[in-house]
Amino acid sequence: MNWKQLFSSSVGRKLVMALTGIFLIVFLIVHCYVNANVLFSNGEENFNRAAHFMSTNLLVRITELGLFAGFLIHIVQGYLLEYHNRSRRSSKYAMTAGNLTSTWYSRSMALLGTLILLFLIVHLAHFWVPSRFGELAEVSYAGKSYHNLYGRMKDIFSQEWVVGLYVAGCFSLSWHLLHGFQSAFQTMGWNHRRYSAAIGSAGIGFSIVVPTLFALMPIFMYFGWEIDLGAVTLLF
Amino acid sequence: MEHYSMDLTLRVWRQRNCTENGRFETYQVSDISSEMSFLEMIDVLNERLLQEGKEPIAFDHDCREGICGSCSMVINGRPHGPWKGTTTCQLHMRAFKHGDAITIEPFRADAFPVIKDLMVNRSAFDRIIQAGGYVSVNTGNAVDGNAIPIEKDKADEAFAAATCIGCGACVAACKNSSAMLFVSAKVSHLSLLPQGAPEKASRVLGMVAQMDKEGFGSCTNTFACEAECPKEISVLNIARLNREYLAASLAGD
Repeated sequence: MNWKQLFSSSVGRKLVMALTGIFLIVFLIVHCYVNANVLFSNGEENFNRAAHFMSTNLLVRITELGLFAGFLIHIVQGYLLEYHNRSRRSSKYAMTAGNLTSTWYSRSMALLGTLILLFLIVHLAHFWVPSRFGELAEVSYAGKSYHNLYGRMKDIFSQEWVVGLYVAGCFSLSWHLLHGFQSAFQTMGWNHRRYSAAIGSAGIGFSIVVPTLFALMPIFMYFGWEIDLGAVTLLF
Repeated sequence: MEHYSMDLTLRVWRQRNCTENGRFETYQVSDISSEMSFLEMIDVLNERLLQEGKEPIAFDHDCREGICGSCSMVINGRPHGPWKGTTTCQLHMRAFKHGDAITIEPFRADAFPVIKDLMVNRSAFDRIIQAGGYVSVNTGNAVDGNAIPIEKDKADEAFAAATCIGCGACVAACKNSSAMLFVSAKVSHLSLLPQGAPEKASRVLGMVAQMDKEGFGSCTNTFACEAECPKEISVLNIARLNREYLAASLAGD
């Protein structure tokens, strides 16, 4: 087996995008599930405890390194491919079919990815940096001290423009996923007459549900809404 | 369908050769019959240009019955024009109406350099075929064609892939100038059949390597190729190519 040949070929380079893409999709599920705590009653304590677990558990911290690598590879490879692909047609068409034969978001993955990257930088500066480098206030539950990441969210999402920015970020993510989800399966070769409809539907469902849940979080925080689950807790 | 005639404004790409820059020229044509094929409409214009002592528009054509894949051109931004599953020669002028302006360009991709006007050099496809798009046959007596049993579904799928005429519309339609639909059709057509199975791994590796060498882009799965393919080749073939490429890379020798 020739690894160099595999990963330098056009098919192999797409495979890297698909594999890292699927890994990032799995991350989105975990991130969304943990953060969904803030949508419900007793969200402050549940979310702070969940965030504490995520930042102290060794396995999670090791996976986090993989996550950074995944993001980095997906971003760098994405830009390299975009540059390479754009240079394949030096004489441009006067007219193109546009949306008649393909969707605008499938042709705009680099643009949508760039918007997500810009959002990601702001997002890390808002939450990840203060949580890792100890700028957060402390709260204690049952005598144990926790970072008040929930309080940080409350502060950050008290500004309209930040809420707007996060919702816009979720729209970019939704369109990126709308193409990326099924595209990853196609690139991995996991597409077949019998499954393509199911993969397509799952992709559309995922691209709508997950970004919507994420978008609801700043909106709920801004308006002070919460869903009362009674004694039921989502996690941790 | 009612017959009608029309006057049209044509904006045609004129380019002397592969090294000089091209430009659009505008031509008026009148009394074009709705029964004509698109190529016959260009024939009429070329007759006139010849009579006027001007250089006729160069374009590729051969069979004019939709099976040779020669008549490459982009009509109003669509390879082979606005009709689905149709080559330019099978496109009829009833697709247009009186007074229409039509933009005609060559297939544009660096891997398909322009020879002249609307003609492009698609030898890159031939070299991809030479890199594995065949089955090796030992000499000796000709084997009975029906001696090897083939499952009907598989045969149908192989035949659907084999309908690819290698016209290059997939490359022309793709924003990345990717040749993946063409290559995947050729890979599928052979690897689905027992005769093609023994060389499955070397075929897919060889053809993809040649495709990359020719300067085609990679596949972003926008599926514009499938939408524009005159033979309506399915993108499921691309998934099969990806599968076979991965298997050959990981498990091959």
